[in-house]
Amino acid sequence: MQKGILNVSKIREDFPILRRIVNGNNRLVYLDNAATTQKPMAVINAITDYYMNYNSNIHRAVHRLAEEATLAYENTREKIAKFINARFIEEIIFTRNATEAINLISYTWGSLNINQDDIVVITEFEHHSNIVPWQILTHRKGAHLKYIGVDDDGYLRLKDYQKYLESGRVKLVSISEMSNVLGTIVQLKEIIKIAHEKGIPVLVDGAQSVPHMPVDVQSTDCDFMAFSAHKMLGPTGVGILYVKKEILEKMPPFIGGGDMIKEVHKQKTMYNDIPYKFEAGTPNIADVIGFASAIDYLKAIGMDNVRQHELEITQYALNALRGVEGLTIYGPLDPHHRGGVLSFNVGDIHPHDLATIMNEHGVAIRSGHHCAQVLMERLDVSATSRASFYIYNTKEEVDILINVLHQARRIFRI
Amino acid sequence: MSEDIYREIILDHYRNPRNKGKLADADVSIHDSNPLCGDEIDIHLRVDKDMIKDIKFEGRGCAISQASASMLTELVMDKPLSVVKDLAKNEILENIGLVNLGPARIKCALLSLKVLKLSMVKYYADRDPESAKKFEDDSKLY
Repeated sequence: MQKGILNVSKIREDFPILRRIVNGNNRLVYLDNAATTQKPMAVINAITDYYMNYNSNIHRAVHRLAEEATLAYENTREKIAKFINARFIEEIIFTRNATEAINLISYTWGSLNINQDDIVVITEFEHHSNIVPWQILTHRKGAHLKYIGVDDDGYLRLKDYQKYLESGRVKLVSISEMSNVLGTIVQLKEIIKIAHEKGIPVLVDGAQSVPHMPVDVQSTDCDFMAFSAHKMLGPTGVGILYVKKEILEKMPPFIGGGDMIKEVHKQKTMYNDIPYKFEAGTPNIADVIGFASAIDYLKAIGMDNVRQHELEITQYALNALRGVEGLTIYGPLDPHHRGGVLSFNVGDIHPHDLATIMNEHGVAIRSGHHCAQVLMERLDVSATSRASFYIYNTKEEVDILINVLHQARRIFRI
Repeated sequence: MSEDIYREIILDHYRNPRNKGKLADADVSIHDSNPLCGDEIDIHLRVDKDMIKDIKFEGRGCAISQASASMLTELVMDKPLSVVKDLAKNEILENIGLVNLGPARIKCALLSLKVLKLSMVKYYADRDPESAKKFEDDSKLY
């Protein structure tokens, strides 16, 4: 294995799933990390340890197990706050996934602050999770949803953004820091600065950026940020919502029930303090606890190194893909402007057919619209193939991808 | 195995689809898509005295979904519409020579059959809502 910034062979030992042999005699080549990443033993062990040794509900009982479980659960919250450099631990809310985190903002802050004829600005490369909640809200309120366009190289048309802001009616900007299809990394600081000059808050969909690069909410000064544990070595079923404390304190509750209350009377309820006010019902305790180990794992590697590793492998893959005849790559060709998410098409091979051929060689790629049908319309394609990398991927795996691409071209007689 | 799936006949129907296009005087047209992968199929039918006089399809998607639709139009052209009711999934898979498709791809192969069955149900329902009841099961096939 070639030497890079990370000791990838050592990292791979921590992920038992990467030793799997699939479809005949092929070692698994897992290149679907933008959908979900694999989990290191440390995360799997943390979940098992909770169920074996201190399984209990949290925030209520006074017995020993409840105390340990509550501590472990809140420990994850503290680690997340540090990981993204939040000012206060109570700015971190647990949800089921990033989608629910965005919906939480739409239904609480959005219901209160978006009114008739107001504008919510998003981009053409948003994931459906950052489109549909705003469609529902703006339709309900008689407000408008406007899209910052994407140019042919995969960059945002910031002129559109300026134009919308000049209307004076924009009340929220909601934007992915990294596109899950094009890989484009946006100029987040600048986008937020321009919005803030006009007093407009910004929500960041960090589902693709937080797992792959250093993210600092104080430095970007975003008002809201949503991301997912399972895309960064953690378990499924844990979403994270960051909200600036001064905004969070004014937000009405989302889901009502236990744990989000202080006092409940027949006709009236006093809500709990933040962040608990937004966490009704028994949460996903085991997986939140497991997520702490994922954060520890990433911190030990260092997010700068994660980014550097992906930069190297993306550069390598971009060069290799560009050598494949008839192949179209979507998104920026400069690896410094994009993450390790590569979408492409080859001739008239439909992505599902390509993914089927890849699968037979043990290569897991994603094919389809990637929950970004608005972007597919913009690119004028029905689907793309997508290979996405993480800390355990190697240049040798990119070589396998390229090899199978050539086989697919032969099968389709291209 | 890819070589077995993407045989000449599949690639031929994918690249040179039969009966593809719109049908100006269609008696029934139905559109459906597979939300998992985004394959889309429209089927247009012209029916006379219970005979499929003309059938055309439009669509976009993978080679399997589009070749399967193309081959399906050839299979039912000039046949009684009632034949559609008895068309089984296996017959379609045999027709396209892909009886061993895995669960991830079988929906691609069967999308056009689903749309054709829905077209048949709509055709009868438009003309006689009572008679359409006996086809209710067909519209819930998938």
